[in-house]
Formats: sequence, structure tokens, C-alpha cells
Amino acid sequence: MKIESIQNGIVLDHITAGKALLVYHDLGLDQLDCSIGILQNVKSSKMGKKDILKIHQEYDINLDVLGYIDPDITVSIIKDGQTVEKKKLKLPEKLINVRKCKNPRCITSVEQEIPHIFKLTDEENRVYRCIYCEADK
Amino acid sequence: MKHLIDPTDLTVQEIDDILDLAIDIINDKEKYQDACKRKKLATLFFEPSTRTRLSFEAAMMELGGNVLGFSSADSSSTAKGESVGDTIRTVGCYADIIAMRHPKEGAPLLGSFVSEVPIINAGDGGHNHPTQTLTDLLTIKREKGRLDNFTIGLCGDLKFGRTVHSLIKALSRYEGIKYVLISPNELKVPDYIITEVFKKNNIEYKEVSTMEEVMDELDIIYMTRVQKERFFNEADYIRLKDTYILDKSKLKTAKPDLSILHPLPRVNEISTDVDNDPRACYFRQALNGKYVRMALIMTMLEVTV
Repeated sequence: MKIESIQNGIVLDHITAGKALLVYHDLGLDQLDCSIGILQNVKSSKMGKKDILKIHQEYDINLDVLGYIDPDITVSIIKDGQTVEKKKLKLPEKLINVRKCKNPRCITSVEQEIPHIFKLTDEENRVYRCIYCEADK
Repeated sequence: MKHLIDPTDLTVQEIDDILDLAIDIINDKEKYQDACKRKKLATLFFEPSTRTRLSFEAAMMELGGNVLGFSSADSSSTAKGESVGDTIRTVGCYADIIAMRHPKEGAPLLGSFVSEVPIINAGDGGHNHPTQTLTDLLTIKREKGRLDNFTIGLCGDLKFGRTVHSLIKALSRYEGIKYVLISPNELKVPDYIITEVFKKNNIEYKEVSTMEEVMDELDIIYMTRVQKERFFNEADYIRLKDTYILDKSKLKTAKPDLSILHPLPRVNEISTDVDNDPRACYFRQALNGKYVRMALIMTMLEVTV
């Protein structure tokens, strides 16, 4: 197996082992038609093992989604084979249409077209609550 | 323009101002009889109600205003599949202020995103009921003379009881209040109330399963009904509905100045033999509901006399 180094694109490193496919799905990477390398259970001195995603295309990445999944993921923007920027992640204040509210009593269960919005209510425990019914996700 | 969706949308100062205005209305009703002349209140009740809808309508009438609306989803375009947003936009063309009740949680918030006129949440599922909270606060203030430093027992359905959630949130901003949560295991307050209201604000609370064991500690007991409409499974409702019934015998150890509150309607959770006890405040509470809604309507319409 050969994983080519990236000339132009994005590397998502330090993904918790096993979460690469979740990141792939939640970022909607299946919609891209470029090469995407998914490396799982890579040895890491810091984490023991980790996952890495390599996206071979410049792409406006949704940092809120990524920060929600894991704010410790490192995002490197690569241009002409060089890292030109590292983006810092944080827990987003709001999540819009990333998760669906599962409360059957919530207005989102009957109004199909409204956005599912969650708000960060407890940063320490990473708790997000639906803005409509206050159920946690 | 301000909406009232959650009880904490109002600051403590704003609540105090509304309660003071309500007390002034009680003391001089004639002064306010034309306060909302030529103003229209729409009561949009997608779920049945007696007290809340009628007290809103009576409140607007006593302020000299007019009322329009519907009292069930079946008699609105919701029955044809209209969205909450479209209903609110439409009604905003005809009314100056909207009071809205909906069985789904968050519906009034959704309405407030598109509304051109102030929206008052008149109850959304098992979630919030801020005008009942204002009613409860006015009742406590009139009965006790203060909104701080007392022990309140909340009894019955603390899981789906929206009045309980709203009241806890509102009272959490006042000093020196101790909470005794009296409920069966299945109907305990949601975790977020414990973590994000009590623990976060270092508020003293305890959870017990019978009212007898704490009756002598209470300055206020807030009774609630186990609500059939909140259960998906009727067997669960039948098993739990008679769990807590307050009767004369249970009041034997109660303080002589206990205040017994209930948002009503009751089914059987307060025995009728308690009704004539001077400590029973629930019908005075229903009357307070009209006055506090008068004060709220005036405040939200920015009307003064």
C-alpha cells in the first residue's frame, strides 16, 4: 500500500483511533472526488495509536464539526508540499445540522424543514443541548 | 422587541417590575381598564387549556383590548399541515401580541424566530411554562411577602411537569431557597435541572420519595398532576397517577403558615377536604394568573398608564 504525500490539501492528524470514519462521514468527505487517505491505528508516541485523514484537495473544512468531534485533532493546510497553516480547534458554541434531536416531544420531530441546532451548555463535560427542547444529544 | 419563551428570558429586575405592576393592577383595576385599548392579543392554543387561555383572554379584556385565536390545533390550518412558522407569520399580520401553547417542545421558540410581534410561550409540551411561573412567583410574593429564604417542596410529576422546571429555573436566581424534590423514581426532575441549575449554582436540594417525611420542613408545597398526555404508555400513567395525594391527615405535621400551591388542573392529587384550609392558595393562585398576565401583556406591548 502506498500513501502519497500531499502536495495541496489538508491533513487531519491526532484523530482518536477509531474515529476517522466518523470524521469522514460528518465532514461529508464522501462528496469530494479527490483522493482521500484514511489511516487507522497508526502508532503515536503521544496517543499510543491514532487515525489520520489526508485530503488531496484544498477544501473549506467545517472546523465546528471537527471541533465538536474532537478539539484535539490537528489540522494542517498543505500547499506545494509544505505546511502553510495549522488551524486550532475548539468546541463550537453551536452545532447546526450536525446531529439530530432524538426527543420525540421536540418540535424538530414534526417540523421537517427546521435546522437542528445544539448549543454548548457545559464546556467541561462537552454537553450540547437542543435549543428547542433542551434535550442533550 | 422581546419574546418570553423561557422564564430566564426575563431578568430578576424585569420579573420584580412585572410583579409590582400586577400588584398595582390588583389595587387599582380601573386605572388599567383602557391600557390596551385597540390592541389585539392572539391566543394560539394548539393544545387544550382552561386556565391559561381564559386568563390570557380575561387579562386582555380587562385591559380594554381585544382577543382572537383558536383553542385547538384541529380548528387551525395546522390540521392542513401548515408549519408553525407560517402560522405565526400570518397571525402576526392580525395581532399585536401572541400567546402560544403547543404540545411540542420548542415550538414557541421556533415561532419567535420569524415573528414580527412579541410571542409569549403559554406552555410547550413538558418543557417550559413561563407565565405559570410568573403566576407562581406572584402568589409566593403575595402569600409570603418575599421571594427568598424559604424551603419549597415540589411534589408529583417532576419529570414532565413544565411548571416545575420553569419555577425552579426562575427561583434559582433568588437567595436562600432550599428545594425538596418529592417524586417517584420514574418522575424525578431531569438530570439537566440537577446539574445545570442546582449543582452549577451550589443550591441546596434533596430528593425524597414521600411527602410525610419532609412536611414539617416546608414553607411552601407545590403540588403537580401526573399528566396523562405526557405518557406514551398508558400503563405507566395508571401505575403512577395516584402516587401522591395531599389530604388533611398529611397536613397534621405541616407548619401553620405553609402555602399549598398547585398550577391546576388537579385530578385527585389534592383532596377536596384541603380546599377550605386557609393554607390552600391554589384558587388565589389562579386569580393571580390573570393579574400577572395583564402586567406581562402591558410590559411586552410597552404600554404605560
